Amino acid sequence: MENYSLSKLQNLETESIHILREVAASFERPVMLYSAGKDSSVMVRLAQKAFRPGKFPFPLLHVDTTMKFKEMYGFRDRFAREIGADLRVYTYADALKRGTNPRELGTVKCCSLLKTRALLNALKEGGYDAAFGGARRDEEKSRAKERVFSFRDELGQWDPKNQRPELWNLYNTLVNKGEHLRVFPLSNWTELDVWQYIHQEKIPVVPMYFAKKRDVVVRGEQLLPLDGPVELRKGEKPQKVMCRFRTLGCYPCTAAVRSAAATIPEIIRELMTAKNSERITRLIDHDQDSSMEQKKKEGYF
Amino acid sequence: MGAAIVKPEELLMRSRGAELLRFSTAGSVDDGKSTLIGRLLYEARGLYEDQLAALKKDSARFKREELDLSFVTDGLKAEREQGITIDVAYRYFSTPRRHFIIADTPGHEQYTRNMATGASTADLAIVLIDAQKGVLPQSRLHAFISSLLGIKHLVVAVNKMDLAGYSEDVFRSIVKDFDAFSEKLNIQDLVYIPLSALKGDNVVKRSGRMPWYEGPPLLSHLESVHILSDRNLVDLRFPVQYVLRPDTSFRGYCGRLAGGVLRRGDELLALPSQRRTRVRSITGAGGEVEYAFAPQSVAVTLEDELDVTRGDMLVHPANLPQIRREVEALLVWMDREPLTPGKVYWLKHTTQLLKCSVARLQFRIDPGTLSRRDAAVLNLNEIGRVTVQCFRPVFCDEYSKNRQTGSFILIDPLTHATAGAGMIIERGSLPATDHPAEGSAADSRFLLPGEGTVSPGDRERLLKQKPATVWLTGLSGSGKSTVAYELERKLMAAGRLCCVLDGDNIRCGLSRDLDFSPGGRRENIRRVAEVARLLNEAGLIVITAFISPCREDRGQAGKIIGSGRFIEVFLDASVEVCEKRDAKGLYKKARAGLIKEFTGVSAPYEAPEAPALRLKTGEEPAGLSAEHIRLYLEQNGFFKF
Repeated sequence: MENYSLSKLQNLETESIHILREVAASFERPVMLYSAGKDSSVMVRLAQKAFRPGKFPFPLLHVDTTMKFKEMYGFRDRFAREIGADLRVYTYADALKRGTNPRELGTVKCCSLLKTRALLNALKEGGYDAAFGGARRDEEKSRAKERVFSFRDELGQWDPKNQRPELWNLYNTLVNKGEHLRVFPLSNWTELDVWQYIHQEKIPVVPMYFAKKRDVVVRGEQLLPLDGPVELRKGEKPQKVMCRFRTLGCYPCTAAVRSAAATIPEIIRELMTAKNSERITRLIDHDQDSSMEQKKKEGYF
Repeated sequence: MGAAIVKPEELLMRSRGAELLRFSTAGSVDDGKSTLIGRLLYEARGLYEDQLAALKKDSARFKREELDLSFVTDGLKAEREQGITIDVAYRYFSTPRRHFIIADTPGHEQYTRNMATGASTADLAIVLIDAQKGVLPQSRLHAFISSLLGIKHLVVAVNKMDLAGYSEDVFRSIVKDFDAFSEKLNIQDLVYIPLSALKGDNVVKRSGRMPWYEGPPLLSHLESVHILSDRNLVDLRFPVQYVLRPDTSFRGYCGRLAGGVLRRGDELLALPSQRRTRVRSITGAGGEVEYAFAPQSVAVTLEDELDVTRGDMLVHPANLPQIRREVEALLVWMDREPLTPGKVYWLKHTTQLLKCSVARLQFRIDPGTLSRRDAAVLNLNEIGRVTVQCFRPVFCDEYSKNRQTGSFILIDPLTHATAGAGMIIERGSLPATDHPAEGSAADSRFLLPGEGTVSPGDRERLLKQKPATVWLTGLSGSGKSTVAYELERKLMAAGRLCCVLDGDNIRCGLSRDLDFSPGGRRENIRRVAEVARLLNEAGLIVITAFISPCREDRGQAGKIIGSGRFIEVFLDASVEVCEKRDAKGLYKKARAGLIKEFTGVSAPYEAPEAPALRLKTGEEPAGLSAEHIRLYLEQNGFFKF
């Protein structure tokens, strides 16, 4: 008997592959933004599937703030080498030379320079007309509003009140010179879907997602990792805590969560009963109300 | 969701078995829409505590009285400040039985395009009605858009029952009102649920406060409703999306099946080349497979080397889509710049991107009354019926048969804005009795409207006239042929190219196989209309002279010819006058019973309700009547050059 039903993951997978191929067919210079995080890993696996037995026809681009966790750099280089991907790394050297960092400038300005500005520079220098991102709509409320094919003007800006209507699976891929599209193949995936897919496909991820005893500073509800210098406040002392990272960003701005989930199935179980969303560990999202929307308008990924 | 003791593997299995249901909602804070979604998410635990905490903060800041769950869905700052939904938001939640994707859309008329966007991928729509306010124009708009976009399941959630004293009478009267409207829509499954999103009645749990309601609460319904899939698994449609050539030994045609099932070894026909080949291999997301089905994304290799590129379509040779350069469609206009007939747009259909122009805007649909309105342009958020001329053939099906091959978008060539969304419909649909016989030419999907780049505008400029069909209707003896030939003479004398179609030239040739039964007459009128349409397309002005007594038949002729070109002229002469003239002696024979069903004697004549012209041919000479028509054509811009 032939079976014509698809599971939710198969549904999502087939939709994502369609999106990936649509970009490859419609754009001259696509690029895939790669952060070494779990969503990136899933997106790369989908790209491999979409174009096999060949290689996916676009480079990976890592916009590097140079403040990512050490484990992420090791993982990134190993992963790209193993799959034979063309990995390009961009850092905003001028801003770094001027000493940009979150402690002195604040997280808003730091992100604006090292991530947003850097990304826009990298896209311009590379002449890219479409950039894949691993963002999901369930992550954050302004992302829930974003199209799969999301238009950016010549300054890289997003206009949330004037988005192109997106019906069926008919994507409008037309842009003028200098404009580009951000394309989100994982738009309809949830955090749980991502982990279930990682489990099903045995996709390698940075070990920081798994619980172990780590040196952290406990500040209020936050567990701050000691991957680089952390200024200790009065009475604070590094301690070993069983924890893991639910999302990975820059070490000064990413907190760990208390957790004993040391395997993928344990993470899945933890998520199914989780009380908080994953963005709670991103210090940058709480800077100001509508902070994500504001950053995205300026061109943030 | 599952308790902590459940094994992860088991959760995976369970989740794998759960189906995916996409539904849309439309409305604003006032209707309690966001509260309803918030309630569903909250109770199904689709909301996290930090999101709830952020909500409490937001609600306090904007001085809302209760914890306002709308702050969950209205993700843009402007939306939260104004308390309205502007754009579509997508939300996700799961229960052990189903996964849900909500397309949460605004409800006001000025956001119709966003409503259509949300509805385009939904299986089910929830229309919210405020129990205190009853069925509003907005509720009707939601239902209409949902049915237009092909949603087969509709849930009417009668909300705020708490404020209506949980009254059965209130509920029943809303059901009655809505039923009266929804009869005109094509909705296969319509369910009414009385609820209170704010208090939680009948959202997730059955309410004890409405014992008179015997149906399930909303969530149970969403979990258990049997979804009529919008997938078409019968007609294979494989639009080629991307050609994969990693090396010279492999050529894979990638794409997402828009319909049907594809098996290894199947014989295929490539469109437009019409070359035949067979499927050598199919690779799905998980590797090589024996068969694939819609909506899977696959890569296919073929036995023969064919020239197949993006935009082509692979199908089974015995099951072809329509191959058309001209499509009729219902169009939702989404751009601030109004739709201008004649302007060239980009059209995206499956994987094809091509140029097109909207040749005719036949009418606009008033969503409140579902009636037709004349329209010269289509403005933002308006819906109309159009004829689109494509610069290349498209391989399509009716939207009702296939949502993928039956839909297209129009893109402004300058701004690249997504300007319109179209749903393909059949042209001037035939009455059931008059379907072409099996094996007749109309069944052959190979009939390709001719290739060519000459536009209607080119012909208009050459002939210095706009084509039209002057449709004369009236009793036998009312002067149709006389007026027709009089008009022809006048127009030709003024240098306007035209011709007359009447019983003599049509019945003797084109329709000689037809009798004078009602069915035969109807088919005759249809043929006349099709011929008039072809002649109009060639640029000619056509004058028809047929009794055409049935209003419905004339209506269909108008549809075939197009409302911009169809000019109905009623030759209003009484039976007495006509009978007195009786040039052919027909009335005498009819009175004697020799002719059955003779219009005006033994069969009815349905006079037009709103003809373009009504001429008293019983009182004025034919030449004057013809002059009235010539003047009408002149004043309405048919001789503008």
